[in-house]
Amino acid sequence: MGRITEVFDVIVIGAGHAGIEAALAAARLGGRTLLATLSLDNVALMPCNPSIGGPAKGHLVREIDALGGQMGIIADRACLQMRLLNTGKGYAVHALRAQEDKRWYHTLMKEIIENQESLALKQLMIDRLLVRNGEVVGVEAETGEIYEASCVILATGTYLRSRIVYGSVNYSCGPNGLRSAEKLSYSLLDNGLELMRFKTGTPARIDALSIDYGKMEVQYGDDVVRNFSFISDITEREQIPCWLTYTNENTHKIIRDNLHLSGMFNGMVEGVGPRYCPSIESKVVRFADKERNQLFIEPEGTHTREMYVQGMSSSLPADVQLKFMKTIPGLEHCQMMRAGYAIDYDCLDPLQLNLSLEHKEIKGLFSAGQSNGTSGYEEAAAQGLIAGINAMRKIKGLDPFVLRRDEAYIGVLIDDLVTKGTDEPYRMMTSRSEYRLLLRNDNADLRLTEKGRVIGLVDDNRYNIFKEKRTTFERALAQLKKINIGPRDENNSKLRAMGTAPLRNGNNLFELLRRQEVTYSKLQEAFSLPGLSEQVAEQVEIYAKYEGYINKQREEVERILRIENKKLPSDIEYLAIKELSSEAAEKLAKIKPSSLGQASRISGVTPADISVLMIVLEMKHQKGS
Amino acid sequence: MMAEDTISAVITALGQGAVGIVRISGPNALAVSGKLFRAASGKNLADYSSHTMVYGHIYDLQDNSLVDEVLAVYMDAPHSYTAEDVVEIQCHGSMQALRKILSLTYAAGAKPAERGEFTKRAFLNGRIDLTQAEAVMDIISSRSEASLKLAARQQNGELAGVLHNLRRQLLDIVVCLEAAIDYPEEDIEEITFGEVKKKILEVGANISDLLNNAHTGRILRDGLRTAIIGRPNVGKSSLLNALLKEERAIVSEYAGTTRDVIEEQLLIDGVPLVLSDTAGIRKSDDYVEQLGVKKTLELLKDTELVICVVDGNEDLIAEDEEIFKTAATRPYVIIVNKSDLNVAATFDILKQRFGSNKVIALSAKTGVGMDELFDWLKSYVYGDKGTLSSGIYVQNARHEELLRQALQSLTDAGQAVSDGMPYDCIIIDVRRAINLLGEITGDTIPDEIINEIFSRFCIGK
Repeated sequence: MGRITEVFDVIVIGAGHAGIEAALAAARLGGRTLLATLSLDNVALMPCNPSIGGPAKGHLVREIDALGGQMGIIADRACLQMRLLNTGKGYAVHALRAQEDKRWYHTLMKEIIENQESLALKQLMIDRLLVRNGEVVGVEAETGEIYEASCVILATGTYLRSRIVYGSVNYSCGPNGLRSAEKLSYSLLDNGLELMRFKTGTPARIDALSIDYGKMEVQYGDDVVRNFSFISDITEREQIPCWLTYTNENTHKIIRDNLHLSGMFNGMVEGVGPRYCPSIESKVVRFADKERNQLFIEPEGTHTREMYVQGMSSSLPADVQLKFMKTIPGLEHCQMMRAGYAIDYDCLDPLQLNLSLEHKEIKGLFSAGQSNGTSGYEEAAAQGLIAGINAMRKIKGLDPFVLRRDEAYIGVLIDDLVTKGTDEPYRMMTSRSEYRLLLRNDNADLRLTEKGRVIGLVDDNRYNIFKEKRTTFERALAQLKKINIGPRDENNSKLRAMGTAPLRNGNNLFELLRRQEVTYSKLQEAFSLPGLSEQVAEQVEIYAKYEGYINKQREEVERILRIENKKLPSDIEYLAIKELSSEAAEKLAKIKPSSLGQASRISGVTPADISVLMIVLEMKHQKGS
Repeated sequence: MMAEDTISAVITALGQGAVGIVRISGPNALAVSGKLFRAASGKNLADYSSHTMVYGHIYDLQDNSLVDEVLAVYMDAPHSYTAEDVVEIQCHGSMQALRKILSLTYAAGAKPAERGEFTKRAFLNGRIDLTQAEAVMDIISSRSEASLKLAARQQNGELAGVLHNLRRQLLDIVVCLEAAIDYPEEDIEEITFGEVKKKILEVGANISDLLNNAHTGRILRDGLRTAIIGRPNVGKSSLLNALLKEERAIVSEYAGTTRDVIEEQLLIDGVPLVLSDTAGIRKSDDYVEQLGVKKTLELLKDTELVICVVDGNEDLIAEDEEIFKTAATRPYVIIVNKSDLNVAATFDILKQRFGSNKVIALSAKTGVGMDELFDWLKSYVYGDKGTLSSGIYVQNARHEELLRQALQSLTDAGQAVSDGMPYDCIIIDVRRAINLLGEITGDTIPDEIINEIFSRFCIGK
């Protein structure tokens, strides 16, 4: 064993989106923290799409921000274009999506990390996890240096034994030519961790000047400037457009003719890829009757000519990739700067983790991000934040911070991962949430900022902004409910003018706001109400228009909480309960759910098994008393 | 504990004994019973000490009509069978009385208890001792071998098939909407609001049919309890006799000779009618007549359908009006009797007042017009289709309630579409309907299935 170099509270392996949030949270909560990365030049790297947010993902960014995380603030600053998606589909699914300048994002984030007190950023290849008596004690770098810590957070992304494949090209490597971590996987296996092999991929990048934009549809950002972060005050932003074009039969024919050369189809790729993010060859094979597939051409940054070809992820040989791209309107003369590739990598089976993201057997070992079988920068960052918080809470002897499914998408994400596991890279979707109407993009601060304050990540600035917004909101609500208007001609002509039916009886303004066609700004104008920020006005409108539905979901939550709150002691010997089905007993023994609610979501655990557990609990209780 | 809902069920054999008991258990037991039970003393049940029998009446919340004369007892937690607050109502043992009171408890906020649920609660609340726990677990674990889904198939395969199919159709809608939400920029064909609404309405109509069939099915099983009412001597007994095609009741030229309730069963195109002729409803000083009137009122509470007879050859009088009022508390049809004489004037007046589909002119004496009454009865039982189309009907009262809730959710969803509410709201109600159907078929969120499985064990009951 090498020499002990330095002692930390928390060591984070990997400075991607999970590692950054973990390290920042741990350091901000007072932990001496080491953030180890394979390359200082690639901290906060976006190896795939140059964008952040979208349905459920944008919600995650808002939640991270409300809890005091970093992603939203930097995404706002490095933004090239921002849009609010799903505006026609209801407030619950409104989602912000930003195009990002990758280099800028990296630079800004690295600056924050470097200047974070109590956080050391180092370029290191970690080879070994050091465990003693079931407890993490530190890590060992390839150079033989040992770093000690009572908590280690794995945030290894796609770097564990990663291998890049396209055409006949096949080599051990991380994304973008970065080194892969070859030895750490074996150290994890030696310590009894179970690993899985997943796959993902990225499309080619092409030269911006080789594109014929006249043949494509332009897609601008929104005119209204919005921000992810509740504390960002950016009000002006130059919006750089993206471009939309489509594949055609010629494209598909080239792909079909060369399928045998695709790493995905010739057996070279071992890992399981995501269904929701298929390579172009998968799309052409699985949806053979689709005549065209859309693709977006997206800028990678302002100081680069690289353009990202979204929708064209491929592991075909580079010359085939170029050939089929040239069949696409606008790309006839495109110059390919980097070829797309598939990458497969090791990750942990997340069933080994608790809801705190700590490993069940190895105390002090946490894991977050793609190393837990997820995909996406936002999913990674969310887990990183929670792992960082919980590592510090463990060190301080506090209970872990766990968000429930009805409190945050972060809660849904982690509960899904550690309860159901995943057999493909897991992506967050709004449809995974049963309480979507409660977990909105607009109310992430109202849901989580108080919690972040208690944890200690919400500083005075953020907290004051939040409190002011909440007060304004509550005041506006109270005022609307207080102002009654009668069915007088004067009032009714105002109502007609705003395109809504006149009153027959008196009513308060809050009731009027329930009508679909009535907005706060219309009421404000007609009845001289105080002006509100766009966010607060929207909040008030949602409250009025959605109240019935929101209450329905709240009732549902109340009902579920009854079994959710029934704790399962960790000393239950599931394998000894003969009335449990053998599948259920094995899974329960492995997953060790913390509550009946969590147990009920384990696949293979039937309602009968839950009933048996209820009776076991009652027997324990009766014997105890 | 788990039992936050207040539940109710009939705990005696349906329709067999002279006395039946409805049990209400859960934190709102008193509140629920308070909405239907009125103590004769004028006090609230809660004013009495626990475990005291209180004499009083059950009233229908909607129209304030008297339903039954009962004894009620409140047992405070944990001194009851379930160790929760319990109210038990002892009423007349007829199926109709029990069903009516049970449905009133639902309307007052109780949820239908599943079979075995009282016992399950008793156990989970520590009321039943440990020695029985093993037995309970054995039952559960043997139940888990065969999934509920399978059981549902075996018991009522066709119904399960129909419900699976409906659930599938709703899932299709949700899947389409969810895809559009989670992949807003993908080139996927979006389902239009029109299509969503059409599909929701279709599934809703199917559920409606099932519910109608449930009604039909219950009549086929138990008979349609029908009362013939009318003031004296309008021809009630003649009508009964015409229906029976044989003399049973005394038919007299003088008013008030039918003194007893006569009950007869007859079959019209496979529909079992349980018919009662009653004494005329009128205020009378005559003791025997009074008895008859009282019995009439009593009988109506067990009656689903009222056949209201008037003498078409006479002008309507105040007593007829009282009879119409009584009839209006139930589904009813008005018979303008004696069409062999001149009834046109009365017939027209009544058609105008009650609608032509509610008024039939016939002659019980000659039998002319009886076919029209038969047709009316058939369409009442079978609906527009005139027959039980699929042979599939819901037998279980709890399933019927779940279907009703699912239909309500779909109605809400349809309304949301019409109101221009966005996807995220519409989906909530459709998902709820999916879960409710799943509770019947066994494809559902676990919490509900737990209870379903528990419904099978019956120790201590």
